[in-house]
Amino acid sequence: MRFLLALLPLCLPAAAAERRSGFDDMAPQTQAMQRDDSANPGMLWVLEGEALWARGCASCHGDAALSMRGVAARYPAWDAATGAPIDLAGRIAQHQGAPRLARESQGLLALTAFVAHQSRGLPINPPEDARLAPARARGAALYTQRRGQLDLSCAQCHDDHAGRRLAGSTIPQAHPTGYPLYRLEWQGLGSLQRRLRGCMTGVRAEPFAYGAAEYVEIELFLARRAAGMALETPAVRP
Amino acid sequence: MRICATLKWLCLAAVLALPVQAQPPLTDTPGVAERGRALVADRRRGLCLLCHSGPFPEEPFQGNLAPSLAGAGARLSEGELRARLIDSKSVNPDSIMPAYFRAEGLHRVGAAFAGRTIFTAQEIEDVVAWLMTLREERSP
Ligand code: HEC
Ligand code: HEC
Repeated sequence: MRFLLALLPLCLPAAAAERRSGFDDMAPQTQAMQRDDSANPGMLWVLEGEALWARGCASCHGDAALSMRGVAARYPAWDAATGAPIDLAGRIAQHQGAPRLARESQGLLALTAFVAHQSRGLPINPPEDARLAPARARGAALYTQRRGQLDLSCAQCHDDHAGRRLAGSTIPQAHPTGYPLYRLEWQGLGSLQRRLRGCMTGVRAEPFAYGAAEYVEIELFLARRAAGMALETPAVRP
Repeated sequence: MRICATLKWLCLAAVLALPVQAQPPLTDTPGVAERGRALVADRRRGLCLLCHSGPFPEEPFQGNLAPSLAGAGARLSEGELRARLIDSKSVNPDSIMPAYFRAEGLHRVGAAFAGRTIFTAQEIEDVVAWLMTLREERSP
């Protein structure tokens, strides 16, 4: 018994193990679908975003391949106008004149996917901005807080049990590498906020409203946790 | 990794084997094992197979976050099983297993579930009755 207990600490730091994108835990067919642009359904949104870009954004920003390269890798970032952190979709929505693009609308998803696609393959690169630190710390607290009728925290699944099977699904490490992404279960493109809501309702917790500060705080925390990992937008997930 | 996981369960099993509180029945009506089995297999009601595996040859997707339910009735008494279902954190404060008969002390519970326990008292009795039938350590 004492021997076993002595070994126990060696087994615990699963989170300290190698970081893996959700991509690494997917079935080979799903990986192939993500890799091949002609099979990746997310590319339909990227193309739609390209058309919207040409109409509304190119007059100021020019060629997105130049002006938007690396931008998604730096978000969430500090927004001087509101004095708060903002994520990429929030920043893009802010740009539109009236009528504003609503969170999770097809237009906003398409533009966000197009802009994030310009950073595909680049490492996640959170800004060294001290003004973001308090919000990121709140995100870390939200990540470790138990919630919902099932009384589970993000960390309990994604740090302590990542790689194990929750019924039929392998629990990923929850790295925000691929968003917005095409999820087979959604049969559509969705944002990171949509994913976070899914995990919250999964534990029978009351999700926050789209655009809530709490999501941006969690996104800040996740981006720091995944710093250096390559962006995959538009990724595919099961 | 696999060995580590097994060791962890062995240690946990050793801790759980220490005498812990047992809970008396919650109702006067004895539980019905068949109903208990159906609740355990139901992914929207019992949710047990999200984390556990068990003697359910017909169920393809069973979790591996928790020990197999096979043999639970041989390892634990009826009262001990009931205590774990009512609130596993009364036995292990770090347990990830939800409390099936406690509605207080939770955070941001969804509106549809607020103030309600996952199981009714009678459902706890049904599930305990079924777990008591699990005497074999191996799933058939
Ligand atoms: C009960 C377990 C559980 C809890 C608790 C949980 N998740 Fe998840 N999460 C999953 C599973 C399983 C998936 C994989 C998708 C699927 O198959 O449902 C996932 C997917 C994700 C992903 C997508 C990763 C990718 O590769 O795209 C992110 C990000 C994520 N979760 C973040 C969170 C955050 C943040 C919280 C807390 C607010 C949380 N999760 C709570 C089980 C959980
Ligand atoms: C979110 C994960 C989760 C869910 C859902 C869950 N359990 Fe558990 N259960 C565990 C874990 C982990 C343990 C190991 C002891 C501990 O950590 O509390 C456990 C322990 C047990 C034990 C004691 C096993 C032993 O041999 O010592 C029984 C019996 C049990 N669970 C039955 C159930 C039943 C029945 C359900 C559904 C009604 C259920 N569990 C749902 C995670 C879960």
